Amino acid sequence: MRSLGWTRLGWPALRLLLTVAIVLGVFGLFLWALGKDPIQAYRDTFRLNLLNPRGLAGVLARMAPLLLTALGVALPFRSGLINVGAEGQFLMGALAGTWAALNLPALPWGLHLALVLLAGMGGGALWAAIPGALRALGWVNETIATLLLNYLAPLVVGYFVFGPWRAPELAFYPQTPEFPASARLPLWFGTRLHLGFFLGLFFLLAYAYLVSRSRWGLELRAVGGNPEAARRLGLPVERWILAAMVLGGALAGLAGITEVAAVHARLKLDISPGYGFMGFLVNWLAFAHPVGILVMSFLLAFIASSGFTLQITQRLPYAAVNVLMALILFTVLAKPLAREVRR
Amino acid sequence: MNWFLSWISGAILYAAPILFPTLGEVVEQRTGMVNLGLEGLMLLGASVGFSVSFVTRNAWLGVLAAAGVGLVANLIYAGLVVHRRAHQLAAGLALMFFGIGMSALIGKPYVGQMAPGLPKYALAGSQSLLFRYDPLVYLAFLLAPLLWFLLFRTRFGLWLRAVGESPAIAYAAGVSPNAVRYFAAALAGTLAAVGGAHLSLGITGTWSEGMTAGRGFIAIALVIFSRWNPLRAIAGALLFGGAVVLQLQLQAQGVGISPFFLDMLPYVLTLLVLLVWGRGVRHVAPASLGRVYFGTE
Repeated sequence: MRSLGWTRLGWPALRLLLTVAIVLGVFGLFLWALGKDPIQAYRDTFRLNLLNPRGLAGVLARMAPLLLTALGVALPFRSGLINVGAEGQFLMGALAGTWAALNLPALPWGLHLALVLLAGMGGGALWAAIPGALRALGWVNETIATLLLNYLAPLVVGYFVFGPWRAPELAFYPQTPEFPASARLPLWFGTRLHLGFFLGLFFLLAYAYLVSRSRWGLELRAVGGNPEAARRLGLPVERWILAAMVLGGALAGLAGITEVAAVHARLKLDISPGYGFMGFLVNWLAFAHPVGILVMSFLLAFIASSGFTLQITQRLPYAAVNVLMALILFTVLAKPLAREVRR
Repeated sequence: MNWFLSWISGAILYAAPILFPTLGEVVEQRTGMVNLGLEGLMLLGASVGFSVSFVTRNAWLGVLAAAGVGLVANLIYAGLVVHRRAHQLAAGLALMFFGIGMSALIGKPYVGQMAPGLPKYALAGSQSLLFRYDPLVYLAFLLAPLLWFLLFRTRFGLWLRAVGESPAIAYAAGVSPNAVRYFAAALAGTLAAVGGAHLSLGITGTWSEGMTAGRGFIAIALVIFSRWNPLRAIAGALLFGGAVVLQLQLQAQGVGISPFFLDMLPYVLTLLVLLVWGRGVRHVAPASLGRVYFGTE
């Protein structure tokens, strides 16, 4: 991260606008082919999610989990690891945080909430420690391990939500009892905007500082840049690999528990419309750059909100959002190689 | 004994839909491309196969359509990776998103419906209800030795492997690395989608969103287990099929284990397989795996 001059920001911004234009065009054709009215669909999504304060607050609320999962991917990415497991870490964070929310005795408001959030980070960290350790030992590739663990996490959550933690009064829909007020994240301005958004911004700043200004960040990037050289310099490469995964998992786990504690107030199976995967996408589009992560998580939060809008106004299944995200990735990957992957 | 026979019989059936994508990925990785998009290709195959079979009332047309769609979809991946020199993992994950989204859109009207399935034929000598399979199962197990022969006993197979080891040297020897990679991607896309179609038309007889449940990723793990050898892929697929059937049988018998834990069995087994057999495979893996070939300009 060198100085953020206009030449360094201007070109990426222009390219981003061009990418968005191409993607909107292609997705519009796609909607048209499905027999929908793309103009009307776009008008609805912009009107309901950007041009109206309530909708905008909803987009910002969705930015919270995306910022955190993107950082959860970005930290390992800087040390040369591909963490595709933020989705599972998100769920495990939500699970561990829910345990703290429902089982800790009555505590003063701030303390209980802090412990709940810490438990969430712990859950995500532990889940990420599995592929982290396997990779640090040189046994299993972290990409495939994190992908497989994504399929295990919902089963673990399902066991608790359908089993021991199931709320007895809601027999028709498996979910845990409601969080006590002391374990809820505050919502603001009568909108969906919640503390998680500021937690996300805080950790984004911390990440920017850690990676580009601190000795730890230098070591982290050295391990990612050339592990062999880092080893010869005497850096504990294995320990850094494990640490990067665990820290990343902690952030993704924090995303999970903030989402539950702010939005749902109880743990259930469908708390994530793919936030972990979207976080991966955000990090990829941003190349782990803090400013990029901020911009891209806003863009993807807008897209996710639009997905729900289209679900209602155009009766499109939410999965159509995945097509839109794929189109963005295809477009970005197909552009002439402007720069190599920088860590 | 009866239980054991039905376990073996089921393991063979459930091995087929994972064997197809594993074989395709073996060939693709032999030319140096890692494709994480198998999951998306399988989902596309499952939903296209099912909906075409539902509309035309002909399961074979469904399989054929799935194969075609898988081929075209994987050419998107190949185009990005070969032509635009995109990062392979990112291109694969983009394909995964594409498959998840498109399959859900295509299959939406057919959720909860039944489509004509594939006909079943008994394995020679089998009189019972066991060991009766649709032709795709036989095809899967036949393809493995065929692809082994292609890879290790033909000139074209040598080209495939040469491109995976060193595209520059293959190019110097008169082989077009890009053409070879496009071929491998087309084959892999076709096979992955046929595997998905076999799942919806040969096994469940229904379509539901995300029904492949990570089989695309398990197939990639099985490629590592198989050490990029189609014959060893059979063993991996049977292992996975055996785990799935064991889990179904235990569930049917009502053992006192939560179904959620039983469902974990195939994934945990896959991780264990990677742990035991995945170590120290780097010297077996194709040397240019995952690398961008910048040509010889």
